[in-house]
Amino acid sequence: MNSPNQSGWKPEMNASEDSIHSGPATVSGNRALMLEEPLLFEIGHIETTGVDLPDTDIAVGNRLGGMERSDPIGLPGLSEPETIRHYTRLSRQNYGIDLGLFPLGSCTMKHNPRLNEKVARMPGFADVHPLQPASTIRGALEAINELAHWLIDLTGMHGVAMSPKAGAHGELCGILCIRAALEARGDAREIVLVPESAHGTNPATAAFAGYRVEDIPATDEGRVDLEALKARLGPDVAAVMITNPNTCGLFERDMKAISDAVHEAGALVYCDGANFNAIVGKVRPGDLGVDAMHINLHKTFSTPHGGGGPGSGPVVLSEALSPYGPLPFTARTKEGVVHLVEEENAADYGHTDAFGRMTAFHGQMGMFTRALTYMRSHGADGLRQVAEDAVLNANYVLRSLDDLLDAPFGASGPCMHEALFGDEGFGGDLSTLDLAKAMIDEGYHPMTMYFPLVVHGAMLIEPTETESKAALDQFIASMRSLAERARAGDESMKQAPFHAPRRRLDETQAARKPVLVWEPSDE
Amino acid sequence: MRYLPLTDSDRGEMLAKVGASSIDDLFVDVPEDARLNGPIEGLPMHMSEMAVERHMRTLSKKNLAAADAPFFLGAGAYRHHIPASVDHLIQRGEFLTAYTPYQPEIAQGTLQMLFEFQTQVAKLYGCAVANASMYDGSTACWEAVAMASRVTRRKRVVLSGALHPHYAEVVKTMAKFTQDEIGDSLPALQAEPDNQGLITRIDDETSCVVVQYPDIFGRIPDLAEIAEAAHAKGALLIAVNTEPVALGAIKSPGELGADIVVGEGQALGVGLQFGGPYLGLFAVRDKKHVRQMPGRLCGETQDAEGKRGYVLTLSTREQHIRREKATSNICTNSGLCALAFNIHLTLLGEKGLRRLAAENHRLACIAADRLVQVPGVELLNGTFINEFTLRLGQNARAVVRKLADQGVLAGVSLGRLYPGVDGLSDGLLVAVTETTSEEDIETLASALEEALS
Repeated sequence: MNSPNQSGWKPEMNASEDSIHSGPATVSGNRALMLEEPLLFEIGHIETTGVDLPDTDIAVGNRLGGMERSDPIGLPGLSEPETIRHYTRLSRQNYGIDLGLFPLGSCTMKHNPRLNEKVARMPGFADVHPLQPASTIRGALEAINELAHWLIDLTGMHGVAMSPKAGAHGELCGILCIRAALEARGDAREIVLVPESAHGTNPATAAFAGYRVEDIPATDEGRVDLEALKARLGPDVAAVMITNPNTCGLFERDMKAISDAVHEAGALVYCDGANFNAIVGKVRPGDLGVDAMHINLHKTFSTPHGGGGPGSGPVVLSEALSPYGPLPFTARTKEGVVHLVEEENAADYGHTDAFGRMTAFHGQMGMFTRALTYMRSHGADGLRQVAEDAVLNANYVLRSLDDLLDAPFGASGPCMHEALFGDEGFGGDLSTLDLAKAMIDEGYHPMTMYFPLVVHGAMLIEPTETESKAALDQFIASMRSLAERARAGDESMKQAPFHAPRRRLDETQAARKPVLVWEPSDE
Repeated sequence: MRYLPLTDSDRGEMLAKVGASSIDDLFVDVPEDARLNGPIEGLPMHMSEMAVERHMRTLSKKNLAAADAPFFLGAGAYRHHIPASVDHLIQRGEFLTAYTPYQPEIAQGTLQMLFEFQTQVAKLYGCAVANASMYDGSTACWEAVAMASRVTRRKRVVLSGALHPHYAEVVKTMAKFTQDEIGDSLPALQAEPDNQGLITRIDDETSCVVVQYPDIFGRIPDLAEIAEAAHAKGALLIAVNTEPVALGAIKSPGELGADIVVGEGQALGVGLQFGGPYLGLFAVRDKKHVRQMPGRLCGETQDAEGKRGYVLTLSTREQHIRREKATSNICTNSGLCALAFNIHLTLLGEKGLRRLAAENHRLACIAADRLVQVPGVELLNGTFINEFTLRLGQNARAVVRKLADQGVLAGVSLGRLYPGVDGLSDGLLVAVTETTSEEDIETLASALEEALS
């Protein structure tokens, strides 16, 4: 257990000079446990392989019809020991939840239980083909169906589409359900209303589905302006996309009134479920009039982010939208047998209005088993505690920092699972980015930055419920020190990070002259 | 609860700090009549690790795992031996529990891996550039169609009949919302792919032609003549590959003139997993199309001290910058699956991949030769690598079900893929990989013989 940093940074100290004792350069470029690793293409060889396979000659008597490869592909191999070392060294240049607090707002970087990993690797889940005959996949279908029921019960909704592969895919699924429902009643509408504070996927999704996107105004306290929204609603509006709790970390207290107004205008309510962790077990979106909401299993339900996927984004649907959900899905008969419902048997289940199919197979099974394991572990009681602890941790961070960091909506009541700050009061020309990069030297992954767009230099901090009080206190001590330095205009922060495997990287160069694949150098 | 570190005394101290008398004070903005006062009814309460494991194991055991049966399924998902070190490495917490590498100073592990992955995919596909992966093959296929519309500014899409029917279904579903006009057809049971039939469907308004390679029946179409015909009309050729191991034996789609090459990468490193998560691969033959690509891209650059490093780049195409003007709404890739693919392909290397493809082909030839000796069974394919189509002379779906009851996973019937299409109902797709033993082939042959007699 670490204790909070008691040394205390003082504004007159110059961090860059005081704390860097880099010593003489090493021949290898390594620094003890910080090891440089070349590219696979610089250390591997096309004659090397780490797998023992027979040296079969394909040239004679094959059935390839003259299409066989002749030229080298250019894929170097490594032996097994070299492979283990290559990737182990690479892994050590990454930050992960296993290493420390990962306060990325709206991303819910919580602990990933290892039981989930063990279960996902059980042969009956991991080593089963999606097109096996029904009699050989009963347990897999039951697992999907059980998870579906958890999601329906936790959200108070009517149905769930399990196949979407990630949050944005789920958003798309929800909006396509809305469009299908409106088209089914012969009601062509053109506009989707999205708050300025929304995730970028919301407008991108609405635009893909053929809608024009318009902003919903917000009030000064960081919530949707109900009266302005009502004034904008009309026969041209298909849907309103709302994030609740919103990206300012606040619960939309008028949610029910918003839904009622939207429904009265003949439109539907899409809720971005990225922030469901704040309210799971405390309130059900279905009770607030939501028609569709995606659930990021990789956020609320602890499946690992894996360095950028795979995610999983089931979409819960209201009674009005359920008939339009995509195929396939699972259904349990009165006899208790779970069936896969696809194009050929959808009519048997009265599901004739599906808008189509979003992916080849049945969704992210490997994520389903992890999420179900997590839900079973917590139970209905534990999930409620998850939300409470997540919200308590965020408020603790908010009130421990709001004297040093500007909290634009600090007076709007308690935050939910994330605390939002802005850069007002920073000295010199220091920015949120500088503070974030200095967090790296303190041993933390930066928070979400410059999002939501409605706050200048936004810093969105989501500690999650899996952080202990001691871990939060240590984080707060670091953040207070960094905030003081930022207010004092400590120019050294512009150079941070100093202690990471790399200093700041030149993103302009990367975009101006893109080098996206390795090519042998001319030398 | 084992995942929640706060103690009750912590909670008390923290509530005091935030000026709340109880946790309810923090949920004050949730309308009181909507607030739940206790755990949701009907759901179980928390369980010990052992109890959860027991429950999940019970479900797992109700499935027949591929390793426990002679196994011949393919059709877009393939079973290969995955070296033990792959799973060990992807479970390192620094990979498993990392986020999308938006902070490159502390994500060089993921970024360098993605750069290597992009290079491997580009080389395997014979392309200039590959992205950092997509959800899966079917969604990558749709994204390629959407990209072709952006590049050509045309909306007419020609799908080969021998494209995986689920992929075709995904494309048709998405096209309904983008007003792309999709032309598709059913495949015919014949020894060679119908390239000429496909070529006659291309006209001056065609944005792209989508061809699977090897196709859904396992046949190997000569993409070069289709590419030539497409290019002559100003259309793009999209090649779809669902079995990357096959590309260890046959020419790459890029080499044959495909403009966009997409596919499913699951066969390397990822495993069957009942259909997901899988790994969408996406590459373009010509660098000039890079800025029209969907998905994340990792690029090389330097840090402030001049050291080589990697960053996510060209993000001005993406939704978090461009919002409604983005090239796609996709906000993620399939990072950990890309890592598994990257490691598996590194272990194989070129030599291993070629040997693996050759071994798959050798066993598939043995299987095809043995199975056609079963009375009533005919081999459809003129060409194949590790998957081929048999005609059984009777409803193959019923035969597959019957064999499953005997513990033999015989393959994917065409009736499963094309329900209700009479002309295809006697077809059986059989995949053979290095995991198939000659004994498995013999078991299948005798079981088929019995079932068909």
